[in-house]
Amino acid sequence: MSRYTASGLSFLLDGEEVPMAPGDTVLQAAHRVGRYIPHLCWHPGLPAHGSCRLCMVNFNGRPVSACTALAAPGAVVECQTPALQAERRTLLQMLFVEGNHFCPSCERSGNCLLQATAYQHEMAGPHFEEFYPGRPVDASHPDMLLDHNRCILCGLCVRASELLDGKSVFAIAGHGTRCHLVVDSPSGQLGDSALSVHDQAAGICPVGALMPKRVGFRDPIGQRRYDLHRVDEPHSQEAAPPADEETP
Amino acid sequence: MEATVRTVLARHANQPQALVQILRELQAEQGWLPREALMAVAQATGRTVADVEGVASFYRFLHLVPVGRYRVLFSDNITDRMQGSVALMERLCRRLGVAPGAVRADGRVSVAPCSCTGLGDQGPALLINHHQVITRLTEERVDAIADCIERQLPPAQWPAEWMQVEDPVHRADVLLGTPFAPGSALQAARALGRNGTLEQVQRSGLRGRGGAGFATGLKWELCRDAPGAQRCVVCNADEGEPGTFKDRVLLRRHAHLVVEGMTLAAWAVGARRGFIYLRGEYRFLLEHLQEVLRQRRAAGLLGPDIQGEAGFDFDIEIHVGAGAYVCGEESALLNSLEGHRGTPRIRPPFPVEVGYLGQPTTVNNVETFCAVAHILLRGGDWWASLGTPKSTGTKVHAISGDCARPGVYEYPLGTPVERMLEDCGAADTQAVQVGGPSGTCLSVTEFGRCIAYEDVPSAGALMVFDRRRDMFEVARNFAHFFAHESCGFCTPCRVGTELLARRMDKLAAGHGSRHDMSVLQELDTLLHQSTHCGLGAAACNPLRDTLLKFRPSYERRLQSLHFLPALDLDAELSIARAATGRQDAAAHWPPSHPTTP
Repeated sequence: MSRYTASGLSFLLDGEEVPMAPGDTVLQAAHRVGRYIPHLCWHPGLPAHGSCRLCMVNFNGRPVSACTALAAPGAVVECQTPALQAERRTLLQMLFVEGNHFCPSCERSGNCLLQATAYQHEMAGPHFEEFYPGRPVDASHPDMLLDHNRCILCGLCVRASELLDGKSVFAIAGHGTRCHLVVDSPSGQLGDSALSVHDQAAGICPVGALMPKRVGFRDPIGQRRYDLHRVDEPHSQEAAPPADEETP
Repeated sequence: MEATVRTVLARHANQPQALVQILRELQAEQGWLPREALMAVAQATGRTVADVEGVASFYRFLHLVPVGRYRVLFSDNITDRMQGSVALMERLCRRLGVAPGAVRADGRVSVAPCSCTGLGDQGPALLINHHQVITRLTEERVDAIADCIERQLPPAQWPAEWMQVEDPVHRADVLLGTPFAPGSALQAARALGRNGTLEQVQRSGLRGRGGAGFATGLKWELCRDAPGAQRCVVCNADEGEPGTFKDRVLLRRHAHLVVEGMTLAAWAVGARRGFIYLRGEYRFLLEHLQEVLRQRRAAGLLGPDIQGEAGFDFDIEIHVGAGAYVCGEESALLNSLEGHRGTPRIRPPFPVEVGYLGQPTTVNNVETFCAVAHILLRGGDWWASLGTPKSTGTKVHAISGDCARPGVYEYPLGTPVERMLEDCGAADTQAVQVGGPSGTCLSVTEFGRCIAYEDVPSAGALMVFDRRRDMFEVARNFAHFFAHESCGFCTPCRVGTELLARRMDKLAAGHGSRHDMSVLQELDTLLHQSTHCGLGAAACNPLRDTLLKFRPSYERRLQSLHFLPALDLDAELSIARAATGRQDAAAHWPPSHPTTP
């Protein structure tokens, strides 16, 4: 039997018990049992970043990010409150106006965690004025496309390349709204980097910023992940959890 | 260039954690940081070029594209603005024929604003080449600066009086008014032993002077007790909060006190290594501080076996920042110290457990260390008898703005604001910003309130605004400050501070409506709840305070009670009118359709 149920430790997430192990973050424990806490910059198997802030929950009454807050036995965690849902919708609107996101023309449409999360949060429009930043597209790599217009600076590719692929192809540069992804190569172009289409970093982007070329419409629109699943269904947010993540 | 890169790298033994220092020193030689230099640094330090680029592009004072050989930065704090900095910057740009923020075609000069140079008591001020400061700017001085630049005179040869920085202390209490003999507090501490030293600090009830107010003795105890072979003491001299300059004065007039306080901390927690993290704007203090460290090493007050005490080894390095306000946050400061982007870390673990290079680290403010040295000389109970029960001792304040005697004032905590206004010669005051933009704005009905953790906490800045000032413009200046200084790490701060600044600009341009006010309030709630660190959480404080206390200054900017777009629709139509040759009523917005054609 799993060490989680054996430990007997748990906390309450929106009134339901979630088993936990010492050292778990709230999001880790919830994800393990298929409970959905909205997130964009978190991925099972990678250390938490805490940057997108979509996973804000009330932890014993205090707002914290579920991906960085350590779970505590007996804690009362609220996630799906109307106030938190409204705040998440505002955060999503911020991400949409900051970059250049045009879902109808994006080949990631239907497979995009940002788009699916926005639908889930009933985001009907941008609400804020669009920034329309001028961001270049890097198409220099034979197998991959890097479109900075859609990058939400979640840092998943940075962490995956460093920790899973051992390559450190990416880094975040700049500050404030001028933050952007940079590539480790003499020219700064993706085509001159060590990135391979088979790298874990190549497949981890939750939006359409880093995409493999020539496979965009292999799955037709209407048959894609979030066409078939709601984003809050267990484990529908990203690929199946790695084998080392124990399920109770 | 290759030789310069090699020399700078050798000076730091190719250490990856010295990256910010390496880049700063390289740029001081080269003017900017070409990609080849980044690649050479990356190779020597064993880091990727993307990583080095990420770090270099984080700091406002590092440049990946050429800037002027004379890089002029005008302090853009609200008090500098009140002293006329905007017109003076325009004047310099005009004289030199350069647009703000741009490089002149011949590459000689660029002129731009920067957040705050920490010279609010003698502004308007500017910074040349991230090194020399010029105070008390006037039209004549600006014209003379333009001449110096045109004649290509090196800034070191400009008139010394321009670079004169005064340290006016108008009220000294126990901290600034008592003579101090270097080494005396250390002697007292050694007599007490390491535990006895910590006990005195705890008895004093001293709370950190950087703003957060965490108990210093508890911080030291946690650091001492955390597991780890090496420990570290860091002096946070990244005084970036606009309106504060008390640490500048302490570092210039009382450097021995600061360093002695750090050494006491090292004694109490068992640290052998220390850093002074000096903000980039205070680069002009570096030689002075290095001289103090040299003197103390020579006197046996730093280095191995301090004061002959076997095993009491401690030494200090100075790390110069590169223009990033967020590095005042202690975990961001540690990232910067390790040669990374200055983004705040996830906490826990706290720096007292996992700090510099994973070692238990105590980070304290300049003034905290000064207070500790006096506490060891006169005892914790003595300090606890000053101030109020929860806010013991005295506090040093930097007062600037609309007052006759700007400068530094030391008062026991619990002193009412009106007393301070009286002492600094403020008249007809309508508002006081306590603790800088991230602090509290008090209106005239609140001047009886006291500076103390029980009432109005302060990191040590008081900006005074008399009735001539428009408090909306004050809040707008602060909004731009936060947008400029956001590290960009988390969504609400990165995007929210920019949205806030743009919305305030929309109001300032006369396009405001009630809708904008509700959006501002929505941003306030969201940022306060959801940001990764205190910068974003505080970014809406000036908005909230001024909206509450100076609402008319907002409302007179509203054109409509309903939504109003930021653009002028009729003006946008002018191109279409010109193209079609129409000037009739229906070609204007709002359209008016005559009933008869």
